[in-house]
Amino acid sequence: MNEARKDDTILDVKNLQTVFFTNSGLFRAVDDVSFNVRRGETLAIVGESGCGKSVTALSVMRLVPDPPGRVVGGSVTLEGTDLLSLDEAEMRKIRGNRMSMIFQEPMTSLNPVMRIGDQITEVLRLHQEMTSKEAWAKAVEMLRLVRIPEPDRRAQEYPHQLSGGMRQRAMIAMALACRPALLIADEPTTALDVTIQAQILALIVDLQKTLGTGLILITHDLGVVAQTAQRVIVMYAGKKVEEATVEELFANPKHPYTRGLMASMPAVISFGAKTDARLNEIPGMVPSLTNLPPGCAFAPRCSLAIDRCRAEYPPLQEVDGDHFAACWRATELVGAP
Amino acid sequence: MGTSRVTTINFDNELRRAGAHSTHGWRRLLFLAQRYMLGTFGLIIMVLFVWMAISADLICRFSPLSVDSAHRLAPPDALHWMGTDSFGRDVWSRIVHGARISLAVGIGATALGSTLGVIVGLASGYLSGWVDLLFQRVTDILQALPLLVLALVMTAALGPSLPNVIIAIAIPLIPTVARVIRANTLALRELPFVEAAKSIGMSETRIALRHVLPNTLAPLIVLATAQLGSTILTEASLSFLGLGIPEPYPSWGRMLSESAAEYVRTAPWLVIFPGVAISLAVFGTNLFGDALRDILDPRQRG
Amino acid sequence: MTEQRPLLEVTDLVKHYAVRGGILRRRVGTVHAVDGVSFSVAKGETLGLVGESGCGKSTVARSVLRLVEPSSGAIKLNGTDITGLSKAEMRPHRRSMQIVFQDPFASLNPRMTAGDIVGEPLGVHGLATGRAQQERVAELFAQVGLRSDQMKNYPHQFSGGQRQRICIARALALGPSLIVCDEPVSALDVSIQAQVINLLIDLQRKNDFSYLFIAHDLAVVAHISHRVAVMYLGRIVEIADKTELFANPRHPYTQALLASVPVADPKAKKLAPMIDGDVPSPINPPSGCAFHTRCRYAMDRCKLERPVLVKAGGRHEVACWLNGGTGRTE
Repeated sequence: MNEARKDDTILDVKNLQTVFFTNSGLFRAVDDVSFNVRRGETLAIVGESGCGKSVTALSVMRLVPDPPGRVVGGSVTLEGTDLLSLDEAEMRKIRGNRMSMIFQEPMTSLNPVMRIGDQITEVLRLHQEMTSKEAWAKAVEMLRLVRIPEPDRRAQEYPHQLSGGMRQRAMIAMALACRPALLIADEPTTALDVTIQAQILALIVDLQKTLGTGLILITHDLGVVAQTAQRVIVMYAGKKVEEATVEELFANPKHPYTRGLMASMPAVISFGAKTDARLNEIPGMVPSLTNLPPGCAFAPRCSLAIDRCRAEYPPLQEVDGDHFAACWRATELVGAP
Repeated sequence: MGTSRVTTINFDNELRRAGAHSTHGWRRLLFLAQRYMLGTFGLIIMVLFVWMAISADLICRFSPLSVDSAHRLAPPDALHWMGTDSFGRDVWSRIVHGARISLAVGIGATALGSTLGVIVGLASGYLSGWVDLLFQRVTDILQALPLLVLALVMTAALGPSLPNVIIAIAIPLIPTVARVIRANTLALRELPFVEAAKSIGMSETRIALRHVLPNTLAPLIVLATAQLGSTILTEASLSFLGLGIPEPYPSWGRMLSESAAEYVRTAPWLVIFPGVAISLAVFGTNLFGDALRDILDPRQRG
Repeated sequence: MTEQRPLLEVTDLVKHYAVRGGILRRRVGTVHAVDGVSFSVAKGETLGLVGESGCGKSTVARSVLRLVEPSSGAIKLNGTDITGLSKAEMRPHRRSMQIVFQDPFASLNPRMTAGDIVGEPLGVHGLATGRAQQERVAELFAQVGLRSDQMKNYPHQFSGGQRQRICIARALALGPSLIVCDEPVSALDVSIQAQVINLLIDLQRKNDFSYLFIAHDLAVVAHISHRVAVMYLGRIVEIADKTELFANPRHPYTQALLASVPVADPKAKKLAPMIDGDVPSPINPPSGCAFHTRCRYAMDRCKLERPVLVKAGGRHEVACWLNGGTGRTE
């Protein structure tokens, strides 16, 4: 890595490991995951439910519920500060200030008995020296920034008076109020309708460009990834299985799981395709994290699996410039699926 | 960084050895017992009381009713482990036999109250309409009165006898159980599997019995266990006030009331042992009930 | 296509809910959940019903099965109007139509074994009991890709996709001619979605029944349907053969909906929202065309007069005043 790029890095996660202790056993929700996010860049983390993408985000925020979960290894460095060594009080100064998070469900993420304006004001006054009047003015300005019509009036309203899309906008306004270096968005549009999703995604990308915020976008939707991200991490069963730039990943996916995901999507390209054509499916199901197979976790569902895959976990290797995949047969896979 | 570090931490084996992965059988029970220590303690207390009640005649040297005027108010010794009362009756033997009464009333009243509560709650929640309205208002009235006062009035009206005491304690339980079952039924009624049952043409009664009722059992068991302690306490209170199980049957509550005022200074064992018995029994069921709630609560499931 | 009587014919279906408020529970408004919907489904055909949340597509599904009582309109199944039938009269018709719900976790009774769940419809209708029922259930399990030894397992022992297979087996048990699928794959992961969609397609090929397929995901609907109807605020705004609808959408709402789907191709970056604002409340829906408040092409007429579905060439129908009632062409 050259110096210029290093300076640009706002978040550096190395060998992150998070485990959960539950009634049915212990499992590694995040197992040895490393990545970084640069200023103004969007990194997408893709995977299906239970792959560890949300726990990765919570680990970075140091919000993993303990018990049952705990970060047991690795390092998380935000703007040069090692977050895992901070105490809770110091961590609170960073959350909502230097990095913030928006969640899938905008209704439960907002306090139902506080006015929207007050909730944004609260965040501002927590982290910045401001009179309540200044903070309120800033809150209204933030609401205008996220393109909520009549921000003066909306600031006076309660969450239940807003629609789902408006609530998610208010959440974004709150998350960006202190101009954080990093924004983590965990399935921010999954609960929204497709026309509203388009509005919100456009807004997030737009704001991120103007403010220079680093963005981690967690999603299961490859369409959303293609439209918003610069770099992509694919996760499966708690591990990072592939990482590449978005163009490279879609043009030349190297992990059979990534290829399977792309092939199984009824894509817009198939609009107008022959009626009742079958989709390419990935057989079987995601293995239980408490009972992972030895070797590659994807091997039982993989049509390319060889004996080595079932015995030995493949290390993450650079298969091409800036393209990493954890598969013994990655180099044999060329082109789009 | 071309390749990534291979993980070395391995907790899995540790936990597998501890039985965390077993989903059934003894190892699972053992694992739960370790996790819910207090609940296990409660269960042990409950099992001890049940064992005492069942084998009462085997573990006592004296009949709880036999009067021995030569040994009146004897302090605890090798012969009378917990001393004797003012009639010379063996306190240990009365406590052990009293466990029968306490458990009979506790289990009997809880079972009766829960059954009736389930019927009322299910009908109320599933039929809704005027049935629901009627049941709801009656429950409101019942709940407005304190449990003990209600039980007092009932026993006074019915006369003190074992079945009457059970009925008197069971009736105030009905509204509590009915409320929980009704709330559950209302929630279950909206679930797709009930709609699916409708769409295959199943009758309402059959849906209520086959699809709704079995799904209210877990909260019911938790509730019933929690109620067990309070029914034991109510029986003791009724007997203390002279309206419980009639003489000469030994009841912990009456043992207290007979001796409390007169002998608390001169023969404290007459007060201490029944008191401890009542507290332990209630404490045990409550501990067990709490653990049961945690285990059966689906949100706790990993 | 030969002109034969459609399997399902829905005419002017309306479902209004009263909104009550105040201490006297007086009627303070009406939710226009479904506001005059007509469509038909032919034998062996899949009609996709798309729309955003609150557009009334689920209410249509539930009305067809009489799980909710429609306020007015007719629902003809094999030529018989089932809207006025009593519970007992309804029973034989229940065998002809079944439903698969969205949430595979909540649509199975957690206290019953998978085998009992699938066998229950057979018992209720007295079709098979005891051994015969067991054998039939095992057959159904095989049809949906489950093993017969899984019959004794409880729902929580299955994954989401497998549970949806159990739901499908239960729906198949009575040999229906119509299966209503209410968002059957929206709760599933992408790789599992494909498995369930393939299963539905395979079953239709084998058994020749019809689907009324309800979903918010355009790509899924586009994949499985023969014809597609687009709903907005309780009304159908456009209905056409699938290929025609996606190639030449005519209603501005359909066009916006299509443009909003994020394309899984980074080279085709075009995240420009076609419409602003939110869906208006169905309690007091806008006058005229319900979409006029968000439509870029709205004219005065759109605010006053409600457009009706008009043929815009072939089997393509659209409810829009543009171009003399035939919608907008791109």
